[in-house]
Amino acid sequence: MTVEFLSPVRIDTVALRRSLERREAGAVVVFEGMVRNHHAGRSVLRLEYSAHSMVAEAIWRDLQAYARAEFQVSAIRARHRVGELGIGDCAVWIGVAAAHRAPAFAACQWLIDAIKRELPIWKREHYADGTVEWRHDASAALNVAI
Amino acid sequence: MRVTVLYFARMAEIAGCANEIVEKAPASASALFDRVSDRHGFGFGRESVRVAVGDRMVGWDTVLRDGDEVAFIPPVSGG
Repeated sequence: MTVEFLSPVRIDTVALRRSLERREAGAVVVFEGMVRNHHAGRSVLRLEYSAHSMVAEAIWRDLQAYARAEFQVSAIRARHRVGELGIGDCAVWIGVAAAHRAPAFAACQWLIDAIKRELPIWKREHYADGTVEWRHDASAALNVAI
Repeated sequence: MRVTVLYFARMAEIAGCANEIVEKAPASASALFDRVSDRHGFGFGRESVRVAVGDRMVGWDTVLRDGDEVAFIPPVSGG
């Protein structure tokens, strides 16, 4: 069964965390990206995520395969929300299990950076002043997909 | 040649649609981008946009085929 990376519903962080447990894994590193109430000095009320699902899922499979080959890890789980989110909601969740902490930290850091850089996902922020804007981060523009 | 073009985020907002069919499409992804950019006035240069055909990211020199689904990917903001 193919588990989808993009989730239109609330991420079940407890179930994901539990699915990482391994008898041989002495470390589990989890990153949770949460929706915060400000961006660039502006007050944010809520946001939406949109994605090119087919491409995002394909790139995610590549990223996961690369991380498994590159780092000594036992298991990787991740989800990214699409749709409408409120302040404090979990937008992205990444968990890595490994025998030791160093590869777990390294893989988790690499994965969140790669997700933010490579995946065709966009956020649309609703500000307190009533304006709504798609964010197109300039830092993401120069990178090339794997 | 006929292709389907997908737009996302601000590009979809400017185009007023999430996808459209382009008839008599040019042979390359870059020429197709130039054509739809001229029509919609996206304001994103090719240097900041990436292109995907089907479920794969491809280069701007990619030769398009009849029936391709071509997506133009403006700077991303996931995570």
